[in-house]
This record gives sequence, C-alpha cells and structure tokens, in this order.
Amino acid sequence: MSAVIIDREKCIGCGACVDVCPFDALSMKDDVAVVNEKCTLCRACLDVCPVDAISLPELVTQPGTPDKETYQGVWVWVEQFKGQACSISWEMMGQGRKLADERKAMLTACVLGHEVEHIAREAVAYGADRVFWADDPTLQVYRSVPYARILVSLAKHYKPEIFLLGASMRGRCLASSVAAELYTGLTADCTGLEIERDSGLLRQTRPAFGGNILATILCPEYRPQMATVRRRVFEMPVADAGRQGQVIPVPAELNEDEITTRVLDFIVEHEEVNLAEAKIIVSGGRGAGGAEGFKIIRELADVMGGAVGASRVAVDAGWISYDHQVGQTGRTVRPDLYIACGISGSIQHLAGMSTSRVIVAINKDPDAPIFKVADYGLAGDLFKIVPALTKQLKKKIGSGGE
Amino acid sequence: MNIVVCIKQVPDTTEVKVDPETGTLMREGVPSIVNPFDEFAIEEALSLRQTFGGRVTVISMGPPQAASALRQALGMGADEAVLLSDRSFAGADTWSTSYTLAAAIRKTGPFDIILCGKQAIDGDTGQVGPGIAVQLGIIPLTYVSKINRVELTSAPGVIEVERMLDEGREIVEGRLPVLLTVVKDINVPRLVSISDIRRALGIQIPTWTAADLPGVDSRKLGLKGSPTRVSRIESPPRRASKGEMIPVDNVDEAASALVDKLRAAKAL
Repeated sequence: MSAVIIDREKCIGCGACVDVCPFDALSMKDDVAVVNEKCTLCRACLDVCPVDAISLPELVTQPGTPDKETYQGVWVWVEQFKGQACSISWEMMGQGRKLADERKAMLTACVLGHEVEHIAREAVAYGADRVFWADDPTLQVYRSVPYARILVSLAKHYKPEIFLLGASMRGRCLASSVAAELYTGLTADCTGLEIERDSGLLRQTRPAFGGNILATILCPEYRPQMATVRRRVFEMPVADAGRQGQVIPVPAELNEDEITTRVLDFIVEHEEVNLAEAKIIVSGGRGAGGAEGFKIIRELADVMGGAVGASRVAVDAGWISYDHQVGQTGRTVRPDLYIACGISGSIQHLAGMSTSRVIVAINKDPDAPIFKVADYGLAGDLFKIVPALTKQLKKKIGSGGE
Repeated sequence: MNIVVCIKQVPDTTEVKVDPETGTLMREGVPSIVNPFDEFAIEEALSLRQTFGGRVTVISMGPPQAASALRQALGMGADEAVLLSDRSFAGADTWSTSYTLAAAIRKTGPFDIILCGKQAIDGDTGQVGPGIAVQLGIIPLTYVSKINRVELTSAPGVIEVERMLDEGREIVEGRLPVLLTVVKDINVPRLVSISDIRRALGIQIPTWTAADLPGVDSRKLGLKGSPTRVSRIESPPRRASKGEMIPVDNVDEAASALVDKLRAAKAL
C-alpha cells in the first residue's frame, strides 16, 4: 500500500533506483526492481529512473485541516530564559520576516513569561507586526503544559499558516506538544526554510541519519506548517527600535493549582558560555588524555571568550561532564570557530559540528579524519600547540588587536 | 509501579557509509540495533522496578523484524513486550507514531511512568515522546539526566527529576503519571548475558495490529494519517574545507600564523 509502484514492463533493470534508495527498500529480482516495506515514498528513485518506470501510489485522500486556506501568517515563538530572549528567537524572526513577506502576510511573535514586556517590544524591533504577549507568574519559567496551552489556544483562534520554534531543548519539547495537540505536521531541527514557488508550501530541509542525508519535508494538507529551527543557521536581523507593531496582551490559560509540575532549582555548572549559542568552541577528545588536558583547553577557550566542548570519548572517560559533549549523542553546535584538540573525528562527532564556519584541527595523527573537514590543520602535540596558541592570543589581544 | 518503555529499532547510523562516487547512503549490511537512547530508558525502568517493584512493559512499532529489538529488551530483564506491526502503520511520521503508540499504551492498562529515549538516531527528531504524552493527557518531562526521587505513598505519586537544558540543569517535580525522555547521562545500561537471552526466549511477544487497538481512527494511522510528507532526499553538500596544513616545527610560529589566519577569516 505505501510503497512506490514499479512498472515491470517499463523497467530495464539498470539498478539506478537501488543505488539511490536511502532506505534500502529497493532490490533487483529477475532483472526487475522490486520494492519492500521499508519504502517511505521519499521519491529519491523517481528522479533517477531513466525510463519513468516508478510512480507513486494514489494516496488515499488525507483528512487534512478543515478550512486550511483560511490559515494565514507566520508565527515565531520567542524563547526566553531568566527574562532574556534567546538569540535563536531573533534569528527565526529574520527568516520569518522573509517568509511572511513572500506570502504577503503578517509576522507574529509569541512572547510568554513573567515581566517580559521588554521582550515583546524587542520582538517588534526585530520585525514582528504583531506580538501576543502572555505575562503571568505561572509562566516565569518554561513548563510544557501551561506554555503549550496558550500557544494551542492562540493557534486555534488566529490560525497561522506557518509556526516556527527554536530547536532548543525547550523548543523541541514545546513544539511537539503543540503539534500533537493541533494534529498538524512538525519538522524537527530545520536548517533550511523556503516557500515553494507554485504551491506556496513551506519547504523544510533537515539533516537525518546522523547528518548523512538531507531531507526536504512538506506539510501539504495540515495547518499550521510547524518546524523547529536550528540555531545559528539564519542570520541575526538588525533590530530597529523605531519599528511599529501591535502588542496584544493575552491571559494565561491555567492557574498555578492546575499545573502539575514545579521547577525547584536550576543548576549552572560554571558561569560559562552556553555551548549551543557559543561563537567560539574549543573541544577536547581522546588526545586530551585527562582532566589536565582540559585545563589547557579551557584556558584557550577563556582567552577567546569561548565555550569548552568534548568528544564522546572524553566524556565517557569522565574527564568532563556530559553537558559538554558535542556530536550526535550530545549537542549540535554551529559556532564561527571550532577548534578540535585531540579529536579524531568520528562520524557522530562530525554530525554535531561539521557545519561550524571555520574548523581548526589539532591532532598528533596526521591521518585523523578530522583533518578532512578542517580549514586549518596542525599535526602535532596539543600539549605544546594549545598553550602556544593561548600565549599568542594573549599577546595579540593584549597589543590592541581586538 | 507499572512502567512502559517505548523503543525503536534503527539502522546503526555509525555503520552507515556514504558512497564517495554517488554521495548516496550505503546501507548494505548495516546492522539493526536498539536505538541507543532507548537502552538508557530500558535500564532506568529496570532500576525503578528494582526499587519499587511492579512490571516493565516494552513496546515497539515497526516491521516484524523489530521483534528482535524487543527480544533484547526482554533479555535485559523487561517483563513483557508488545510489537505493533501492521501494513497500515507503515510510513507513519512522528504524529501518527505517537498516536499509535499511545493507543497501545492505553491498552496495556494503568501506568505510572512511561520512558522513552530522548530521540532515535535515524530521525533525530525527539518528537514522539512528548507526542505520546499529549495523546495520553499526561506531562512530558524531556531530556531527563537523573531521577532524584519518586514518592508513591502520596496519591497521586510525585517524581523529581533533573533535566538537561541548554543553559544548565533544571530540577523539576511533577505528579504521576508522567512521560520521561532520557539522555545518556542517566545510567549505564546492563550487558545482556547468554542466560538472560535464553530466559527471555520463553516469553511470547504478541503482535498487535490496528484491529487490536480499541478506538483507533484508521484515518490517523501510517502514511495516510501523517501530516508530513518527505518530498526529497539528497546527500548534504560536502563541506568546502580549506584543508590548509600549518607546519608545527616551531609551535610559536605555528600558533602565530594560525591566529593571523583566523583573524583574516573573521573567525576571531
């Protein structure tokens, strides 16, 4: 039922579709392509078949969202922590503005928190035409249920066409809750968002399979089209304090008594830079050899105002806490500068950092895979190179370089 | 205490190689494994059972061969396992998967805690866990790195967990039942011995189809019930790396050269 249809008469047995299938769903049998249940209808094979022997099944019409044509405008959830907006929120406002202009529609920001009117004003400066501003003590710290309740109720009433949230820990949780409640599509961790010319649909591009493939996802029949967006993909817009926009206060939906969770405490390990938002990251791996190695790595990070990252090996060895792990099993980062010290560069580590703007690799082994993605490589002893780098930076920054 | 763990069988993405010529995935011979994050969920369920007693039920949705993932969970010590497998489930996105799993969890009976991995390593969405919670009308607590305490004496019971967020760790208390998604830091999954597997072979794994799930709306299942459509799959553009090696015979000169280059590239 849910697999591509192969015309056995047309198929010439070239095997092009077998090679291109990302899901191992096609194979050759008696010189004809056959499909198995792993098919996801991704259409990768349709493009490569030289004789047009592959087609999509007639999909049973989806129920879809009723009146989907009435959904209009682009919405952005503005995430805040301790009364400060997270930069991903403004990055989304920049891209959201472009999408809204293309759809000739309004850009709306949703600001939830306590004593956050200043963030509502900032949202206007960053491009919002309208801000829904929910300000209540119950919303001071993020909690999924009271937050989702407000966004669901606003979305049901005002019907946005597109709804973007940051792919942060909170954003992913909140977006899932809202999409589940609204019965609509949600694409996680997008690195590309654009409007498809003919259909006007939102084309959402995201990495999958540990960054080995890029998938483009559509949500044709359901509204809003929802996506979480990766940090530092879209450019930070310039705030314009003179911009005008409407700020509409909205009430909280739940009393404290109706909320079944309490946030008791928040522990910040060191007063250090948030890895996900860091512009500069210095990471250590197996080659760091122990907590001592991380001491010099931290010194280098400190002199540049950067954050400290780590490979899985270093975390598993107990040299540094899991909060610092970069890679598929840890955090995904995208800094301007990533310095990998004593990290070999496994596929999983690369999945978490290979989109950094500039990559420096320092490793004893000149054949380490990390050098393949590095812009600058230093094949040598990190215990000599890292302190030398710290010293140079101190000197050059001290001499008024920055 | 009744605990349900949702697991997924995934291709071992660390074994996936990309064909250097065509840029496509080479999945031949790639082993199927239990999603690594789900192993932490199973382990946490087993240690909760050790403290509080009760049952651990493991559920997976997938093709018939996903039974081997459940077999492993039984080997680790789960009490029972259910496979959700039906042609009409195929092609489900995260919405439809959550819907189907929630229906199955309802059928297994009353529960106190549902555990999931923080995300599966093939899709990397992290959306199914919170989706299940919403379908069941319970609270999701995501990215849990530690369970600090569980109190069953009060009614309703209370759980206190530590969650890993971007800025640090949050301590949250919630009323049971809850759904937790867990990160790697929470425990070290036990190894499965041969005798464990032998013991687990005696446990039957029932397969439930759509017909076995009371009250499900067949229009919400599988590809048909999934709001999202994959429109294109491509290999990501290869990173355009400069690949410039800086000689390190004199580390101070090398460091100085690097700093100058990074400044020129506006990376500092």
